[in-house]
Amino acid sequence: MSDQTLGAGPKRIDGRLKVTGQATYTADHQLDNKAHAYGVFSTISRGRITGLALEVARNMPGVIEIFHHGNFPALHHTPSSMAGGNKVEETRLPFEDERIYYDGQFVALVVAERFDQARAAAQAVTVRYEEETPRANLEQGLTAHGTREGKGNHSRGNAKQAFESGTHRMEATYTTPVETHNPMEMHATLAHWPNGRLQVFESSQGVVQQKGAMAKIFNLAPHKVEVISTFIGSGFGSKLWMWPHAVAAAAASREIGRPVELVVPRSQMFTTTGHRPETKQTLKLATDEQGRLVALSHHSISNTSCTDQYVETCGSVTKSLYSCDNVSVDHRTTQVNRGTPTSMRAPGAAPGLFALESAVDEMALAAGIDPLTFRLDQFADRDESQDLPFSSNHIRETAERAAERFGWHQRNPKIKSMREGREIIGYGMAACNWEALKRPCDAHVALRADGTVYASCATQDIGTGTYTIVAQTLVELTGVPFERIEVELGDTSYPKGPISGGSWTTATTLPAIAEATRHAIMELKTRAVRSGGPFDGVDVASLNFENGVLSHNGKQMSFAEVLSSMKLANAEGDAHTEGADTSKYSYRSFGTHFVEVRWDPLLANLRVARVVSAIDVGRVMNEKTARNQVEGAIVMGLGMAMFEHTEYDPRTARVVNNNYAEYLVPVHADQPEIDVILLDYPDTAFNEFGARGIGEIGITGLAAAVANAVYHATGIRVRDLPITKERLMAGA
Amino acid sequence: MRTFELTRPTAIGDALEHHGARDAFIGGGTNLIDLVKLGVMRPEQVVDINGLGLDDIETLDDGRVSIGARVSNADLARDDRIMRDYPVLSQALLSGASTSLRNMATTAGNVMQRTRCPYFRDTAMPCNKRSPGSGCSALTGINRNHAVLGGSEACIAVHPSDMCVAMAAIGGTVVLEGRKGQREVPFADFHLLPERHPEKEHDLHDDEMITHVILDAPQAGAASNYLKLRDRASYEFALASCAAILTLDGDTVSSVRLALGGVATKPWRALDAEAALVGMEATTDSFEHAAVLAFQGAVPQSGNAFKVTLGQQAIVRSLRDAARALKAQGDRS
Ligand SMILES: Cc1cc2nc3c(=O)[nH]c(=O)nc-3n(C[C@H](O)[C@H](O)[C@H](O)COP(=O)(O)OP(=O)(O)OC[C@H]3O[C@@H](n4cnc5c(N)ncnc54)[C@H](O)[C@@H]3O)c2cc1C
Ligand code: SF4
Repeated sequence: MSDQTLGAGPKRIDGRLKVTGQATYTADHQLDNKAHAYGVFSTISRGRITGLALEVARNMPGVIEIFHHGNFPALHHTPSSMAGGNKVEETRLPFEDERIYYDGQFVALVVAERFDQARAAAQAVTVRYEEETPRANLEQGLTAHGTREGKGNHSRGNAKQAFESGTHRMEATYTTPVETHNPMEMHATLAHWPNGRLQVFESSQGVVQQKGAMAKIFNLAPHKVEVISTFIGSGFGSKLWMWPHAVAAAAASREIGRPVELVVPRSQMFTTTGHRPETKQTLKLATDEQGRLVALSHHSISNTSCTDQYVETCGSVTKSLYSCDNVSVDHRTTQVNRGTPTSMRAPGAAPGLFALESAVDEMALAAGIDPLTFRLDQFADRDESQDLPFSSNHIRETAERAAERFGWHQRNPKIKSMREGREIIGYGMAACNWEALKRPCDAHVALRADGTVYASCATQDIGTGTYTIVAQTLVELTGVPFERIEVELGDTSYPKGPISGGSWTTATTLPAIAEATRHAIMELKTRAVRSGGPFDGVDVASLNFENGVLSHNGKQMSFAEVLSSMKLANAEGDAHTEGADTSKYSYRSFGTHFVEVRWDPLLANLRVARVVSAIDVGRVMNEKTARNQVEGAIVMGLGMAMFEHTEYDPRTARVVNNNYAEYLVPVHADQPEIDVILLDYPDTAFNEFGARGIGEIGITGLAAAVANAVYHATGIRVRDLPITKERLMAGA
Repeated sequence: MRTFELTRPTAIGDALEHHGARDAFIGGGTNLIDLVKLGVMRPEQVVDINGLGLDDIETLDDGRVSIGARVSNADLARDDRIMRDYPVLSQALLSGASTSLRNMATTAGNVMQRTRCPYFRDTAMPCNKRSPGSGCSALTGINRNHAVLGGSEACIAVHPSDMCVAMAAIGGTVVLEGRKGQREVPFADFHLLPERHPEKEHDLHDDEMITHVILDAPQAGAASNYLKLRDRASYEFALASCAAILTLDGDTVSSVRLALGGVATKPWRALDAEAALVGMEATTDSFEHAAVLAFQGAVPQSGNAFKVTLGQQAIVRSLRDAARALKAQGDRS
């Protein structure tokens, strides 16, 4: 195995470009005559615009045009179908009417020669509103609107009855706050209309979906739209679906006849580009006398917006993680005056496993059983919700190996019993889990006469390493090293690829790349054996291709020589691969986290000192980027456990901590010692490489493991995230 | 962001000449420019102090130490004399912000930095400090980060500086220069309580600028400590902090200076607690008693009652660590 093939851990092929500033992100693109747009954002959360004073702004230097609901061009709605390739999360168009549904909604757009001019003029626009009382949080939403049916519900047996007759029972409500994605690179759009076609540069996790949505909204034939996203400073889900700013920029560009760039300011990344919604989850568990789970119910409510329905499917994992005959999973929503929520790393499972894995801990303790033993005894052996076997499941091994490495068996289960100096030590654990999906995908590969190999696909590399593992796939199949490989992603002019989300990019893209590569090699062979070709008359089947060289009976020629000898530019292969067949197996990834916390009661200081996680995601395609995903997800999970919390003023529904100083994410000094064990069992029932996805699973369960460790250290069961000091100081 | 005139004088006289009531001085700009972008501060003219010298740290004849207005937070924290004679100041500076911010931030700018109250920063919300008479949104809103000491019915915003807490404990003066001449204001009096006019934050006239901060001469035989408590381990403003400077006579407290941050509307000297400690044995009991006194007048809000406990914990731990250091020195000598 070379150090560049699949399974090895080569560095990212785009790493140098990024660290030397040569990677062009959306707002780095230069187009002649580019104008800049800046939004005027609503300062109320519910009501209507009754007047806009634009005169001052209009006369400011550099101002070209100001758009608002009175002059914005009439556009169309997209059906918003993922299968149709035109999904958005917020279906309402910007400036559609005078209604205000949330704080930070676009109410006007100033276009000017320069960024600073656009911003200055935007701040000079004054808006008059007729304000109505907003629903600022889940509780206010529930009081005003009650709940609506969600999706993804499940029921087997009779959870209610089984709960009543259980020997040991636990019932509790858990809440998680709104979290904001906060990728480093802000959302940005650069749009222009060369020759009546729309070309958009966007920081996007899904160029194909954005292209489809743009085509619908602007009533264009699909081939007249191109969306480009070559480099993305991450997204965490907030860049999966296009948001109103992109429509605003594209429309403005068409109206003024110039390229328009719009960067969403950090403060508005908290309002108009999605968030992980607030959740309230009630768990009811019961066991029999021996401590076997007999009832499991998980009912959740999450906030959606007043314009669209988004459901946080908190119980998605609850259906299948544990063996239990009586299960009830239910999701409902309530409307609040916030922008539309969207997927954030491990949607559903991240808040859901905080609740489930806290509840399982509580249940184990109530039944007098060690939480690890309790889980090991009851992890499901098949997916009972679908009545299907798992394609590959090594969760018990993850739990046992991580427990061993962590030293779980040295734990004194008594609360507050383990101390070192001024600190009390707590140990906690939780399972992690994520679905494995594989979607249809197209790809193109060419072996080129200059000795290079080229691949393209309209998926994206959001920083996770997609460029690199596509290149690794090419190395594996052609033997050509990185230096002679070119990979292009993130442009809708390439063959249709998947969104970078759901942890399915790798599992979806690589089989298509591989298939296209095999087609290219076959094309090369077919050409080579034709009359006049260097292997004229040889049977294709007996022609060997290895390390970039065609050979037969001692005759050897590199593919470059073969192509040159025939004056051919390349040998190409195109492929379409299908999604996974979900009728025979349930495909999931598994893992377990062990966490050590340290609590200094005399300073009310909590820290996570150590995390050991073992993860079973099928085959590990790149040791380095895989480990990087899990470690990053653990750190993000720590943020979820202890810090992240988008705060809304309860009177106005305005975001209060809309900046990096007050919206806390972990910094370097918060990083614990992290030890990740990657199991690396190929799941060949899933795809030819045996790889499932790894981007999201690491965040699931982490917050529960922290909360469980905090309980061990303090005796306080925190059921509301984040675990701030004051929740632990009660009575202190 | 509104545009403004930028003036770059090279003499203090010119700087003062240029500076009017609607103008602002700029040091590192880390606070000013942020607030200008938000539309919270709207200077017509910005007068840059970076051409004025004022970048020395000097020991005066009477043993006091004078710090130029432009000395950066990073340079001040790493200055040999400061690290040796005022370690509490160095610690406080290094606990604040981030390396890149400390490289830019100036001494005067830090003294003058405005509150992080989110409603002060949001021009769509009422705020007495930003817009006098409009009301205080924090009193009935989100106030976890707000003050429990020194607040009024008009404003409960925290003074966010760490540096100033250490300076309050050390004691000193702020040197001001105006068109009418120079004056020195005791550090403790420079920051004002909000009372009915939270918009008036400093004993500083429109025509004046800070040229220096002078620290009282270092106290012989003292141990000191700056302890900052917050949610995450770094790069966050204090929820509660304590600067303690302690001397002992045997086991008895002979002198003590205590200042608090993160809990009060200005860099806060805990004078009652200091007075109660002097002459007492340096025990945890005495420290806890002092900590209670320090928060006797505290007025917690809906979201920040925990700050009383947290502030008390900061005091006790700071004093214990300082006492322990002194005892360790005593044992060695
Ligand atoms: C993300 C972030 C985190 C931070 N964290 C912390 C923290 O943890 N602890 C902490 O203590 N601080 C923190 N800070 C604040 C930081 O310390 C201040 O921004 C900095 O000290 C201000 O100094 P400056 O020179 O940049 O001031 P400037 O922005 O230049 O000026 C600030 C104010 O002082 C006035 N001014 C400047 N010079 C003079 C003068 N000579 N005379 C009169 N007025 C003058 C200006 O007009 C302005 O009103 C943080 C800041 C940021 C942005
Ligand atoms: S606490 Fe002070 S700064 Fe904050 S809103 Fe009230 S008046 Fe304004």
